[in-house]
Amino acid sequence: MPDNTVPRTGHSAGNGAAPALSRRRFLSVAGQGAVVSAGVAAAATGPLLAAPAAAGPDPNIVPVPNWSKALGAGVNVNPYGKPSKFEKDVVRREVTWLTASSESSVSFTPLYALDGTITPNGLCFVRHHGGEAEIDPDKYRFMVHGLVDRELVFTLEDIKRMPGRVNRAYFLECAANSGMEWRGAQLNGCQFTHGMIHNVYYTGVPLRAFLDVAGVKPKGKWVLAEGADAAVMTRSIPIEKALDDCLVAFAMNGEALRPEQGYPVRLVVPGWEGNMWVKWLRRIKVGDQPWQQREETSKYTDLLADGRSRRFTFIMDAKSVVTSPSPQAPLKQKGPTVLTGIAWSGRGAIRRVDVSLDGGRNWTTARIEGPNTPMSMTRFYLDFDWGGEELMVQSRAMDDTGYVQPTKQELRAIRGTNSIYHNNGIQTWLVRSNGETENVEVG
Amino acid sequence: MWKSAEALIVAAALAGTFAAASVSAVADPASAKGEATKAGAQAKGEKAPDKDKARQAVNVPAVVRPGVPPAKAIALGRPALPEEIAAWNIDVRADGEGLPAGKGSVKQGEELFLQSCAVCHGEFGEGAGRWPVLAGGRGTLKSDRPEKTIGSFWPYASTVFDYVHRAMPFGNNQSLTPDETYAIVAYLLNLNDLVPEDFVLSKENFPKVSLPNEATFYDDDRETTEKSFWKAAPCMKDCSGEVHVTARAQILNVTPDADPPKGNLE
Repeated sequence: MPDNTVPRTGHSAGNGAAPALSRRRFLSVAGQGAVVSAGVAAAATGPLLAAPAAAGPDPNIVPVPNWSKALGAGVNVNPYGKPSKFEKDVVRREVTWLTASSESSVSFTPLYALDGTITPNGLCFVRHHGGEAEIDPDKYRFMVHGLVDRELVFTLEDIKRMPGRVNRAYFLECAANSGMEWRGAQLNGCQFTHGMIHNVYYTGVPLRAFLDVAGVKPKGKWVLAEGADAAVMTRSIPIEKALDDCLVAFAMNGEALRPEQGYPVRLVVPGWEGNMWVKWLRRIKVGDQPWQQREETSKYTDLLADGRSRRFTFIMDAKSVVTSPSPQAPLKQKGPTVLTGIAWSGRGAIRRVDVSLDGGRNWTTARIEGPNTPMSMTRFYLDFDWGGEELMVQSRAMDDTGYVQPTKQELRAIRGTNSIYHNNGIQTWLVRSNGETENVEVG
Repeated sequence: MWKSAEALIVAAALAGTFAAASVSAVADPASAKGEATKAGAQAKGEKAPDKDKARQAVNVPAVVRPGVPPAKAIALGRPALPEEIAAWNIDVRADGEGLPAGKGSVKQGEELFLQSCAVCHGEFGEGAGRWPVLAGGRGTLKSDRPEKTIGSFWPYASTVFDYVHRAMPFGNNQSLTPDETYAIVAYLLNLNDLVPEDFVLSKENFPKVSLPNEATFYDDDRETTEKSFWKAAPCMKDCSGEVHVTARAQILNVTPDADPPKGNLE
């Protein structure tokens, strides 16, 4: 047994405290009969199906299934490919009451249905402020000007010809992710509570390359990044960050940026709030002070309980969420269970993720699996045995600066409940004895 | 993280041979408009650049002139023309940098606002439907229902000018002239009881306008005020007494219908 498998006691009668994944336990659970109904058979594991002889041969096995008899579709029926039709519910979703129009709105990533560390491009959450701009790549231009020695214009081809191209995986989280939960549990589904995040491999050129070519004057301390969409989105970024790790990106997960993600070019600002990752990037202006634009004054400032407001809260703190089980991904069977979730930190790499099944009283360190690089999404698992008892599932991330994801109570004690952004408090899912799962808060 | 700036540095001589052949086509307009470059920069009140500065961009055979560091990189990009910069250089800063010449009155602004803005923001900036409220809300920031308007929350009037000019009216963006923008901002300031009804806002008097909530903003201080979130060994065992559910999303029932699969165990 791996160290991070939690032996659970107090399961339904007859199971005792059997080792979590032993064959005896598999057979024991399967032997209860009622557990393996037709409805769950498809999801059940081999041993579960193998045990009950009385059920007769599985109709999905004994007659040769159609998909083994008739020829399937040809190689180019879907020239770009698309997901299985059985996955048609795995889509971005809107919360229509959130905003006044769909052009200035958000749709959420279905985190509950995803695994691994990379978000498929078509499922990356979308936040627009003036709709999706459609830009002809041949007509695209990128300008660098202001406090520089040389004010320059680049074409998309110029950008792709720049030396020093890089590939980097980074998470992109909207500062308002979980913002609807400041005052209490509100939405059922991690798609809605935590779905304003995605994690992709960007291909691009360091912003530094363009600034070096232009020659930043000594007085240049900030840059203004501006988009070409109808919102003409702008954000001020300190020059240190611009010269450190920001990217002028044109590809995500190997393909051209999706139009809704800023085709043909967007800014990548690793670890910092998503609003700064200007899509349809058209301009970088170098100046000697921040611009105090709409997105950094009226929005993306954090109103605290005493009426004061924090500004320039760029970094996204360490955060995590269990994606399964969760309200849209309830538990379907007793017995071996793989709990999984994601963790991330804008301050660096995730060092550790702990999981609690009892509302934060006791914690077990989860297994981190897959790439675990700075400012990128990290996947964690906890293999455990579920006996049908009620669970209060939580996860707690820690990054390599020693920052530990706080509880919602700890966060509210410092910030109050009037903030909209940067809610990285620990999430609780209540798993009921029938497996249904609900967004709750505990105390 | 990225430390390969050196990789971009190519000897000026190399850049020269490279550029001479490949970039003349894009560099030409800059040469032709060398005078315009200078005139444009002067009109903006900036220090007149070296006459040849525009031509001396990275992609042009390097003739290193005093005061301008040599180009670090190679034959990519071309000089931006002044009229190109002017077309995109629309940002207005808190200190008024970037404000265009012009003026507009509260009265003119009221007419424009009723025509173009009231459908979303209400006749008096009170908001319509879910569109933003622009006026009122003073004294609510510490309450349970803070109303974050221009008068109650925004720190700088420049932001209003910038945003109205760049992104409004929603659906007919960048259609307002500088004078019309001044007028609408004047009306919004009046709706927030910050200027009288006969006020005329202009580039000249703009710096005198200040918004009431400016002083309450301060820079991110999480690393000091939230230092308790950095801890070496968070509690792992018996961290609290009995835990109870204190709030449920189910009660609000506001989640959009997502056809969530139901638990089907029992």
